[in-house]
Amino acid sequence: MEIWLTILIAGLVTYTTRLSFIVTHGKLAMPRWFTRALTFVPVAVLSAIIAPEILAHENVVNFSLDNARLYAGIFAALIAWRTRNTWLTIGVGMLALFAWQAIF
Amino acid sequence: MTTARSEFFAGVHAQLPLLLGVIPFGLIYGALAIQLGVPASLAQAISSIVFAGAAQFVSAPLVATATPGIVIVFTVFIVNLRHALYSASLAPYLERLSPAWKMLLAYLLTDEAYAMAITHYQKDGDARFKHWFFFGTGLALWVCWQISTAIGIFVGAQVPSNWSLDFALPLTFIAIVMPMFKRRSHGLTAFVAGAAATLAMGLPYKIGLVLAVGLGIFAGMIAERGEGEWKSG
Repeated sequence: MEIWLTILIAGLVTYTTRLSFIVTHGKLAMPRWFTRALTFVPVAVLSAIIAPEILAHENVVNFSLDNARLYAGIFAALIAWRTRNTWLTIGVGMLALFAWQAIF
Repeated sequence: MTTARSEFFAGVHAQLPLLLGVIPFGLIYGALAIQLGVPASLAQAISSIVFAGAAQFVSAPLVATATPGIVIVFTVFIVNLRHALYSASLAPYLERLSPAWKMLLAYLLTDEAYAMAITHYQKDGDARFKHWFFFGTGLALWVCWQISTAIGIFVGAQVPSNWSLDFALPLTFIAIVMPMFKRRSHGLTAFVAGAAATLAMGLPYKIGLVLAVGLGIFAGMIAERGEGEWKSG
């Protein structure tokens, strides 16, 4: 039951974040550095999630050729950069992973 | 001549190409949650209560392993912090709406809805019913997210774990983050946040993630001074 309460609170926190400036607009001023800092949040969060996922296995950093996820991930990043296509990035990334695992 | 109805359907229509990218995301979320051991009813409820793709992906392993609630809430909060920026950006356009409209549109304020709504608000022309466009584009995404989660939950129970389905998680994040690199400072933010998160990955409760995000933002803000637009590919 506790997990349901947790999810409700997580939902409420998310909702409050989304509602925040919409309801306070015109009522309070935010410092400029804060607004600037927010613009970096998506890139920072996503990079902080991706890097350990593809660089490490069971908390050990692995740059060798048998880390298929690292090289498939780099290839997928190139596809995403050029095409900006989610489907293609996921498809090509998964195929690259299977191919790399088959070769090395 | 725009009407509430025409704006609503224009909003739905504008969201359709984005749905192509959202459907696999929802399918993978549903499948991954089940694979991690999250009960189907909870996985589906999270999609409607939290309704935030990246936060759902990040919190799914925490929910599955009975991580303390405060850690789950804080993780979701950190991952969803960017929505405050969307809220700030759209706030001036929603100023004259009733509290009920503001509360409804805030619930639908995702990355995809924001992208379409802000584009529409910045266009010239009849602004009387533009909130109906926002509602249409947000609702289209919401319906799509609920249905794709449900299909993912159903299919995910039948996908063998040796298919490396979990790798789709970082791949999806890669697909989301790559188009975000508009400035050199974004590249530095990504490098610092990624390196710090990797070095700190042994720390419990995603403390490393929070630390890495803080360092990445700090690096980006320092690098931002005096830089120009970065030509992207």
